[in-house]
Amino acid sequence: MFEGFKRIFKWGLKNFWRNGWLSTATVSIMSLTLLVITVLLMLNVVANVILEELENKIDISVYFKLDTSETDILKVKDQLEKLEEVNSITYVSQEDALVKFKERHKDNPILLQSLDELDVNPLEASLNIKAKETSQYASINQFLESVYYQEIIDKVNYMQNKDVIEKLNKIVTDVKAGGLILTLLLALIVFLVTFNAIRLAIYSSREEINIMRLVGAKNWFIRGPFLVEGVLYGVIGTVVSLLVLYPVFYFLSPKLSGFLPIEDIFGYFQDNLLAFFFLLLAVGIILGGFSSWFAVRKYLRR
Amino acid sequence: MINFNKTSRYYGDYCALKDISFRVKPKEFVSIVGRSGAGKTTLLKLLLKEEKASSGEILVDGKNIDEIKEKDVPNYRRKIGSIFQDFKLLPNKTAYENIAFAMEAGGRTDEEIAEDVPQILNLVELADKADNFPYQMSGGEKQRVAIGRALVHKPDILMADEPTGNLDPLHTWDIIRLLCRINELGTTVLLATHDREIVNALGRRVISLDRGQLIRDEEKGRYIV
Ligand SMILES: Nc1ncnc2c1ncn2[C@@H]1O[C@H](COP(=O)(O)OP(=O)(O)O)[C@@H](O)[C@H]1O
Ligand SMILES: [Mg+2]
Repeated sequence: MFEGFKRIFKWGLKNFWRNGWLSTATVSIMSLTLLVITVLLMLNVVANVILEELENKIDISVYFKLDTSETDILKVKDQLEKLEEVNSITYVSQEDALVKFKERHKDNPILLQSLDELDVNPLEASLNIKAKETSQYASINQFLESVYYQEIIDKVNYMQNKDVIEKLNKIVTDVKAGGLILTLLLALIVFLVTFNAIRLAIYSSREEINIMRLVGAKNWFIRGPFLVEGVLYGVIGTVVSLLVLYPVFYFLSPKLSGFLPIEDIFGYFQDNLLAFFFLLLAVGIILGGFSSWFAVRKYLRR
Repeated sequence: MINFNKTSRYYGDYCALKDISFRVKPKEFVSIVGRSGAGKTTLLKLLLKEEKASSGEILVDGKNIDEIKEKDVPNYRRKIGSIFQDFKLLPNKTAYENIAFAMEAGGRTDEEIAEDVPQILNLVELADKADNFPYQMSGGEKQRVAIGRALVHKPDILMADEPTGNLDPLHTWDIIRLLCRINELGTTVLLATHDREIVNALGRRVISLDRGQLIRDEEKGRYIV
């Protein structure tokens, strides 16, 4: 049994080596496939960061009437925090609002001067609410519209932003769904390309398989070396694709960080290098092994 | 030891072999002759269980080969060494490896292989070409490798399908002499050929086929068309 395994490995490695250009071609295709898979994964990560970033920019603000006491506002805050949908709430007091306003309009002395001439602070205190999901703003808004709060709330800016929020929400779901479909489709295509490349490689060995049968070799002894070759395509393909991607991400990362919200693509890639390695290895080995196994099967039956 | 009993083989409507009956005794040297298309290859393929008879039966050592189970076919084939006009060597393996592979396939140990393969290479006079790949050998050398490979399991029967069809006269006689030698060592030889000179020079039993029919079966026969 052990001798059998040893022989299968021996022939698998020898065939791989002796099939020189054919192995090179197949490994190239396998590498390309794994490369595409990695890039797709990275694109998904980047897209998710972008979407998250976008979603983070959305919030709704509740403005309280000028005579509302801070305790009342904080009570509302407490109530809101109990809601399932709410992710975070920041309280902006009247004073905070004034400081921010002055900061924002520091180039406009006339406006600041007229503000100083007022005895009271005309800016309303507010709560900035971020929901967990973009789709949840509607229900938070509904909660705020309940009668109990109507007396102290001046306005909720949900209505003004409603269209934007809903549009964004649609974009987020569309991009996520579209990305998933595109990813699966591309992955399927590259899988098929590799599968067929290996089938072609083995097609060129069909006469050999026939001869082995004539010599009285059992099916597992014929199939074994091809399986080893298929797995080898996966292993070498993994190493090659990562060796190619490493410098690519290294040089591309600083150039991309300008217009992508994710600062350090290379850093992310490097941090997850081991995970990528094992993932690609698993994909490569299964893809290579399965393709070989399946392709040889055709010539073993009869 | 081999017994064809009213064996026929049809390809669709076409009859490649019709009601063939003959027996072969152990250690015989039998030539099967006939024009191209007469059915020689088909007959050998039936014996090797590469093709199935359409009717009739084939007994080997008294056992109907039709009853051999799928999983026992490799074992059965090891009892019959076979060589072909196109050699059927594994192109990616050296002379040594081609022979060693057949032994591995038969489940022999590494020690046996290390011992037997050089002996076989000596027998077929190819010791100096052990590391040559098929494309680095002449036709005659390739056929000798194939014969060496056919012998690894010490088969009872060696069947040769036009083994000299691709060879020049010099190599042809090398191969025929080697087959005779193997026959003298105790192996039954079935030689399919349409080479008149060889058959007449051999002066052994000749079975003549014509368009799928057995038309003549003579001890010390000659090739008569
Ligand atoms: N797989 C097949 N399908 C159809 N006809 C075949 C097949 N194999 C052989 N034949 C036919 O059977 C006849 C005998 O062929 P074969 O045994 O190869 O002849 P030989 O070896 O004597 O030249 C030929 O006419 C050939 O065309
Ligand atoms: Mg023929």
